[in-house]
Amino acid sequence: MIRNILIGTALATLAMNPALAQEINVKLGVLNDRSGVYADLSGEGSVIAAQMAVEDFKAADKGMKVEIISADHQNKPDIGSSIARKWYDEEGVNAILDVPTSSVALAVADITAEKNGVLINSGAGSTELTQGQCKPTTIHWTYDTAALANGTGKALTDAGGKKWFFITADYAFGQSLQENTAKVVEASGGEVVGNVDAPFPTTDFSSYLLQAQGSGADVIGLANAGGDTVNAIKQASEFGITQAGQKLAALLFFITDVQALGAQTAQGLSLTSAFYWDRNDATREWSKRFMERHGAEPTMVQAGVYSGTLQYLKAVEALGSAEDGKAVAAKMKESPFDDPLFGKGSIRGDGRAIHDMYLYEVKTPAESTGEWDLYKEVATISGEDAFLPMLEECDFTKQ
Amino acid sequence: MAIAEDTVKTGPLRESIGMPRLHKVIFLVLLGLALLLPYGVYPVFAMKVMCFALFAYAFNLLLGFGGLLSFGHAAYFGGASYVAAHAAKVWGLTPELSILAGTVAAALLGLVIGALSIRRQGIYFAMVTLAFAQMVYFFALQVPFTGGEDGIQSVPRGDLFGLISLRSNMALYYFVLAITFGGILLIYRIVHSPFGQVLKAIRENEPRAISLGYQVNRYKLIVFTLSAALAGLAGATKSQVFQLASLTDVHWAMSGEVVLMTLLGGMGTVFGPIVGAAVIVTMQNYLATFGAWVTVIQGAIFVISVLLFREGIVGVISKWLKRPL
Repeated sequence: MIRNILIGTALATLAMNPALAQEINVKLGVLNDRSGVYADLSGEGSVIAAQMAVEDFKAADKGMKVEIISADHQNKPDIGSSIARKWYDEEGVNAILDVPTSSVALAVADITAEKNGVLINSGAGSTELTQGQCKPTTIHWTYDTAALANGTGKALTDAGGKKWFFITADYAFGQSLQENTAKVVEASGGEVVGNVDAPFPTTDFSSYLLQAQGSGADVIGLANAGGDTVNAIKQASEFGITQAGQKLAALLFFITDVQALGAQTAQGLSLTSAFYWDRNDATREWSKRFMERHGAEPTMVQAGVYSGTLQYLKAVEALGSAEDGKAVAAKMKESPFDDPLFGKGSIRGDGRAIHDMYLYEVKTPAESTGEWDLYKEVATISGEDAFLPMLEECDFTKQ
Repeated sequence: MAIAEDTVKTGPLRESIGMPRLHKVIFLVLLGLALLLPYGVYPVFAMKVMCFALFAYAFNLLLGFGGLLSFGHAAYFGGASYVAAHAAKVWGLTPELSILAGTVAAALLGLVIGALSIRRQGIYFAMVTLAFAQMVYFFALQVPFTGGEDGIQSVPRGDLFGLISLRSNMALYYFVLAITFGGILLIYRIVHSPFGQVLKAIRENEPRAISLGYQVNRYKLIVFTLSAALAGLAGATKSQVFQLASLTDVHWAMSGEVVLMTLLGGMGTVFGPIVGAAVIVTMQNYLATFGAWVTVIQGAIFVISVLLFREGIVGVISKWLKRPL
């Protein structure tokens, strides 16, 4: 501890005199699910993404020594929070990356604020991170449930899907996802013709799907996640729902899930994502390098870890030190970014990264040319429309 | 003749009522180690081990001494952690009152669930407790005050008795140590009291205990409630340590974990649950970097322990020493 303070003071003194600038030590911890349901969409891929960010930033040439460590939080908040505490207290970690699963992310955000680190969250979807439980040291990079609801709800309604029917997972997350989306649908001139609550978790969606089919809705919204969504989509495909003209919209779904289902089963599914590997030359170039190392195309969560790390390192370089997490987070919010993967954007005072989101439709097997050639772009949702407005008390740039 | 045999089996009566010297020495050594522990290992980790040790110990009271296999202890552990977290965060109670509130809630829950489930035996008893625990889980998932899958976050650590700040890890550590040690000694006392002797009699031969005139169901209900309350004490303390209460603690996997801890350490032994909890929590913590392998390693260790030393770690040592531990 005393050593850290000494190093910190030493670095601070050195930073004032750039001619004398010496090595800046940065330690990053990738904390995510490496064995459970989110292991594919975050897991080892996120660690590789963070390493690629360090390499692409050419940290070594800039006199920065960046070390990356990782651990599995097993989606349990107590395990996640004890790892985070230990990292800050004993390992000298400066920033924690990724952290899917809302309950773990909120716990880690708390500890990060207490220990003056930085949390660059990519994996979790809870809007609470930058709303009710906002912290000056939290950066929420990739997506949140409001952005997904906005993207899918607004873009699909604008495209003519006026009547909606929801199949909702019967717990807080599902209910709030449905509520958010329904608001957007109604604001865009659509109507909600019905909804059904399915217990969590559910394996047999047939009766809910038949109800949805009979409702005469244009769009069936799946306000659930993970295994529930996969089961619902599989059964919808057996019923031929999308081929019969109704649209199926997954409100929280990742490319690894689509790839696992295959184009045959998932065809016609609408979903919102912050990133798709095949969107432009820059994403293709990066994804090709990622593919070579990881053996799968990157998810938006992994891409978010890369971009978040890149921005973080820039801020650390500018400050000359990674010791004061609050200062680094403030620095990150100062100037807008032009990111190779997420395009132009900025980080708001509450830590919410604002960038475009995209509405995609899964290709049919005839259109798809490979196992990862899965999405076609339907609409772009600008960052201002996608994310919730900032709460006054969460604007940390003004405090 | 039969009575004489029983006395031989359970050891001399004198030894089971007072604390044998060996146990005294081990408890003192454990206490000494625990006092020095935070200087060697990370205090938050040590506190977690202690919370789980108390949880496993409370479970052992029911399984090891009462002979009742409950598969729903997460309900009391997690239920108490929610109540304690809510009490500290929303009602603004001091840590000791929050923990007390959680413990009382768990005791009441245990009383109700216990009264209904002790009417069945063996696997049916286990299934009934599991069913009730799932109801508690569902309740925690649905009601607004638990925060659904986000859980209750940023619970303040507060001041003990309104005086001593528990914000530093060290202060909190010794508070948790006092609770855990107090809880464990209480259970030890319960087990070695005349009440505990009756419990063992019921475990060994229920019809005989009935024929001797004992109100068997009343004893079972008391031990069930005590076990639930002490599991609640552990859960409530954990919520103060980690400053959160979440669905993990009420999930059925937690009920399974405590069974694993107790069996690995040694069911029905005095020190087994402490060892079992320490082994499992240490594995979860220090093997976290191995990712997917944690659960595989945990499973392998369990298989090995069931195949090679069914009495658990402490059970085997106790066999070697030919002394009850």
